[in-house]
Amino acid sequence: MLKFVARRLGVMVLTALALTFVVFYLTNLPPNLEKLARTEGSVRMTDQAVASWIENNGHGGSVFGRYAQWLGVAPGWVLTDDKGVTRGRCIRAGTDPAAASSYCGVLQGEWGFSTVFKKPVLESVLQKLGSTGWLMLWVMIVMVPTSLLMGVLSGMREGSRTDRGLSIIAIATTATPEYVSGVILVAVFASVTAGVSPILHEWGWISTKTLFLGTATSAMDNITFWNFALPVLTIALYGIGYIARMTRASMTEVMVQQYIRTARLKGVRFRDVVMRHALRNALIAPFTVIMLQFPWLLNGVVITEALFNYKGFGWTLVQAAGNNDIDLLLGCSVVAVLVVLVTQLISDIGYVFLNPRIRLA
Amino acid sequence: MDETTLLSWGQIIARILQQFLPVWIALIVTFILSIRYKRKLGLYGKLFDSPVGMVGLLLVLFWVYTAFFADMIITMDPIAQFGRVKNPPPGTPLVDPKDGQYAYFLLGADHLARDVFSRVVMGARRVLMIAPAATTFAFMVGVTLGLPAGYFGGKLDTALSFAANLVLAFPVILLFYLLVTPEIRVTGIPTYLAAVLFIFPVIFFCTLFNSRFFTSPPKRNLYVGLTLVIGLWAYSGLAFNMDPLGVWSMDPNLLNVFVSVVFVNSPTVFRIVRGIVMDLKARDYVAAGQTRGESAWYIMLWEILPNARGPLIVDFCLRIGYTTILLGTLGFFGLGVSPESPDWGSTIDDGRKLLSLYLHPAITPALALMSLVLGLNLLADGLREESLKD
Repeated sequence: MLKFVARRLGVMVLTALALTFVVFYLTNLPPNLEKLARTEGSVRMTDQAVASWIENNGHGGSVFGRYAQWLGVAPGWVLTDDKGVTRGRCIRAGTDPAAASSYCGVLQGEWGFSTVFKKPVLESVLQKLGSTGWLMLWVMIVMVPTSLLMGVLSGMREGSRTDRGLSIIAIATTATPEYVSGVILVAVFASVTAGVSPILHEWGWISTKTLFLGTATSAMDNITFWNFALPVLTIALYGIGYIARMTRASMTEVMVQQYIRTARLKGVRFRDVVMRHALRNALIAPFTVIMLQFPWLLNGVVITEALFNYKGFGWTLVQAAGNNDIDLLLGCSVVAVLVVLVTQLISDIGYVFLNPRIRLA
Repeated sequence: MDETTLLSWGQIIARILQQFLPVWIALIVTFILSIRYKRKLGLYGKLFDSPVGMVGLLLVLFWVYTAFFADMIITMDPIAQFGRVKNPPPGTPLVDPKDGQYAYFLLGADHLARDVFSRVVMGARRVLMIAPAATTFAFMVGVTLGLPAGYFGGKLDTALSFAANLVLAFPVILLFYLLVTPEIRVTGIPTYLAAVLFIFPVIFFCTLFNSRFFTSPPKRNLYVGLTLVIGLWAYSGLAFNMDPLGVWSMDPNLLNVFVSVVFVNSPTVFRIVRGIVMDLKARDYVAAGQTRGESAWYIMLWEILPNARGPLIVDFCLRIGYTTILLGTLGFFGLGVSPESPDWGSTIDDGRKLLSLYLHPAITPALALMSLVLGLNLLADGLREESLKD
């Protein structure tokens, strides 16, 4: 087991390095740097001034060298200009250049400075991750039990009417991406002109204009059912169908096994067969699927946060990418890549752990 | 505005149904012919035995025919602006229609007074031009790399699988934000990616014909030669925009979007193909082929691939749906497409800003996209069920 985990970790680190390098390369393309120079310096800079700005701010040289500096395995750049002022990657403005450490990269916890939020990247990313954490938590609380229940119910008796009905629902939800379900949910529950809200308002059942709130900005400070239900539902819906279908497939596979038939024949009630014999084995595959859903959820989070104006991690990513905030975008990417890789690792280890039939190769 | 001049919902629906007339005719003809001859049509014919598959096919064909007849269906120019009224509701008459101009906004108009109905119909054409083509390219890449990876295994497999997992570990949205930007076009990265990805169909067909016909050189030379001439001709135009005759070309915006979507999809196809090949290569007919002395590529392309068609066709349908969703996502974030483009993603994005007041500009494309993807998913489900019955 230990050897397996160690090898998986090795591959994971290699993948993380490769991925962050790709992100670094793509965010630090010459046109992006030129744009940065013009926003940080002045818009009317000449091409020559832009080139020297790039050179003087540590964005010159080979991309590998800059990546190593960013990562924190190579000493950060230090430049002394003709006025005798020494500046460098690790030297904060107004501090003694001699006292600064020579390495400062992601590994040392120096994630750079966000040009959009005017704050250190690490601080703003962690803060936004907190908001997104709540969203993810509620999505999981809604999505996992619902989808497992749907999958088990429809896989229990393959081909029955329940199975047909639930399968159609599952297919329908997988066909509805977040930006569609979000729009439909808002139309039905949070529009002043259509859906259920005007009717309820007219009947005097709700005092506000709409049943649910169409934005989740107020959920940043105070999460309530009325401002959080729609975004949570929007993300959860897309995942529910997929997990339910996986659970159904694995459940139908288990239900035709010999030991289920044996249990039925010795007179165990159908309910107990499902609960005690089938469920444990049937839930192994969905576990990995749920874990591998995290990268997809990340996608959904970005769309939903943009749609409902919830200022979390996804919203930050959109802001960073839209405003050419290189350090912030890199920080977001590191977090995203880590989330994906860690969940992959958990799913691999968990699969082996849950399924004793798999011998470690 | 005078309330009485608005069309009622019944009138709107009647007029829309009337606009779609060519689609209804085409659908009825297709279904009558298909049901009549379903026993002779193989897997496609069997689809008409499953209600789920039939509903799926109906939805998909509806949009395919809509895209095809879009010019006849639209009531107004999808990118032109009519009048100064913002967000008029469905059924609003035009302020002063000229002669021969359609007199109503059937499904209303958006904040720039562009006709929603016509935009959605034209959007279908855009989506159905890009999504299946991108999926086909992704399949070419995935199949060409997945076959040898699964068949030979070893170092090749390790390297390719690592690369595939690398792309899969990227959150799609991040990749789009990095790959589909105006800046990146200056660096030429989309062109390099296109140069790599677009060569795979040429390689695929060359090996396909070569492995089959290498015993009779005249035939082989003809097929491989034709593939090379047509393939490289299209390749030069699509990837580098340097077609000497100017037939093949791709808008740089579109190329960027297209390449990114292919790039995101192909690793998944690779993994599926690799898995199927690893399963199938232990079969007796493969061993028989090997004893007969057939070349590895012949076995892969002419023995294993035809036997893997069931799951691949099903995945192809699902993947077109998924690609549609991806294209919508790109449009939703306003990436890569021109702001005037009537594609569904950007129309939803345009409409969502005023969602709580005016629903119609956003909800119509949303429902359109959903119904197309739903149709594709149902179609895939029907195909899976029917192909399992063999």
